[in-house]
Amino acid sequence: MKVLVCVKQTFDTEAKIELKDGKISDAGINLIINPYDEVAVEGGIQLKEKGIAKEVVILSAGSDKAMDAIRTALAMGADRGILVKQDTTADEYARAIALAAAIKEENPDIVLAGHVASDDGSSQVPTRVAEILGLPHVNVITAIEIAGGKATCTCEADGGTSVIEVSVPAVISSQVSWNEPRYPSMKGIMAAKKKPVATKDAAAVDNKVNIIEFALPAAKQAGVKIEDDPDVCAAKLGDWMKNVVKVEVK
Amino acid sequence: MAETWVFVEQKDGNIRKVTFEMLSECKKGGDEVGAVVFGQGVEGLAGELAKYGADKVYVADDAIFAGYETGAYVAQMVAMINEFNPNAVLFAHSFNGRDMASRLAQKLDAGLATDAVAAEISAGKGVFTRAIYAGKALAKAEVTGSPVLATIRPGVWEVGSTAGAGAVVKPAIAATAADVYQVMKEFRPTVSARPDLAEAAVVVSGGRGCKGPDGIKLVEDLADLLGAAVGGSRASIDSGWLGHELQVGQTGKVVLPNLYIACGISGAIQHLAGMSSSKFIAAINTDTEAPIFGVSDFGVVADLFKVIPLLMTDLKK
Repeated sequence: MKVLVCVKQTFDTEAKIELKDGKISDAGINLIINPYDEVAVEGGIQLKEKGIAKEVVILSAGSDKAMDAIRTALAMGADRGILVKQDTTADEYARAIALAAAIKEENPDIVLAGHVASDDGSSQVPTRVAEILGLPHVNVITAIEIAGGKATCTCEADGGTSVIEVSVPAVISSQVSWNEPRYPSMKGIMAAKKKPVATKDAAAVDNKVNIIEFALPAAKQAGVKIEDDPDVCAAKLGDWMKNVVKVEVK
Repeated sequence: MAETWVFVEQKDGNIRKVTFEMLSECKKGGDEVGAVVFGQGVEGLAGELAKYGADKVYVADDAIFAGYETGAYVAQMVAMINEFNPNAVLFAHSFNGRDMASRLAQKLDAGLATDAVAAEISAGKGVFTRAIYAGKALAKAEVTGSPVLATIRPGVWEVGSTAGAGAVVKPAIAATAADVYQVMKEFRPTVSARPDLAEAAVVVSGGRGCKGPDGIKLVEDLADLLGAAVGGSRASIDSGWLGHELQVGQTGKVVLPNLYIACGISGAIQHLAGMSSSKFIAAINTDTEAPIFGVSDFGVVADLFKVIPLLMTDLKK
């Protein structure tokens, strides 16, 4: 069984966002694998360690810099990579088409990806990829079992937890609580340098969503801060909650 | 007359508040408002939907829609869009809403604005404001297409009181068993008397300063007194004190309650991204330099183990 994991390179979640010339500035920003995709990489590697998958392929669409994200995933234990060069301004539609074209050539049994990216937060791409490929999909999984041509997924759902079964091949997207991604070992990092990474160019596709402008939210102003005995603090906080916020007490 | 549609989020006949928020907001525009509800035995919901602004209620009532299943729901929606040509279709930015809207958008070769916090819709075009980097920045994006598709973040719009006519329309059932590809083997509802974190009017969150289950218990007690949801920073989730589904921040949930009370949370940037749009923010922390005080309307520099019990006694007065 072949597992293919889609990874997106994103800003470190601790990064402070600033604008330069009306665009999001990447100056001095540490780039990482989107944390949700990192969990998908770990999930793929674990499927290989359990003997379910024979090969784990990493696929990323993005700029040349995304090669670092692919190498990190290879250092974690994936086997080889594919970089589809695409402008980072590609929208979810264009991105899904680029990824799906590369996936079609690989014909994997399971496609894994994070259910959302920590940068644009759009949570569309895995589902769009499944639609393009005509495959079933399951989103936001926290556990998976694969047997008898079926994937049985435990998922975070609205108001609870669901267990959903789909036939394989399928596209499966991960929630961060699925697993704890490993840190690449020094040996893994050395090995990753020799693992093959193919590069290709994405076909030109027009975006369906066009960004008109970026802005930063109005900075929240700090209000009152009191340092006093706990009973005074509690009384003043209680007054504020009752008189300003007007909370209801059950 | 042109229509804007709202896809109704309901489970077992209980409509989620975000549906009413979307209906009320759409009612302010020039289009007729259509509520679209899929399910089994759901026709009775029309009256409630009309109350919040639905001029028409499209009811696809069939056993195939008894539970959410992407394939069947998308097939039905595609058929209805082709028949009735709405200007726009809005979904809740829930797990199901984003799942359905994404698959639908790709099937229609269309754009989609997910997790929108503001919208301006006209024929063939929608301009949506989206919070990106978990709210550290905003992007205004134009989506063209017919219909315009978006998912809307719960809590950004007010529930209004302008009613619509609520005329029931029963479209042909277009989804068939061949469209179904997900089999729901089990659904375990969250057993909690507390409101949903994403929709709660008050959220009480605990962080590293809670030091363990005893501190979290205080957070939960305060939450229950206020009828609030419980949340946590990454520290309390990683320590196993709270489940991941309660994490507030960039790799968790973005919340915008009326009141957010941060207990023992220092305010790492990735946490602030998830809660700083709350209307009122209170913070309890022993560290006077904690960044959480920079976004707090009311901060107390004190030990939460002492302050929370005193605060609860005070609030009960």
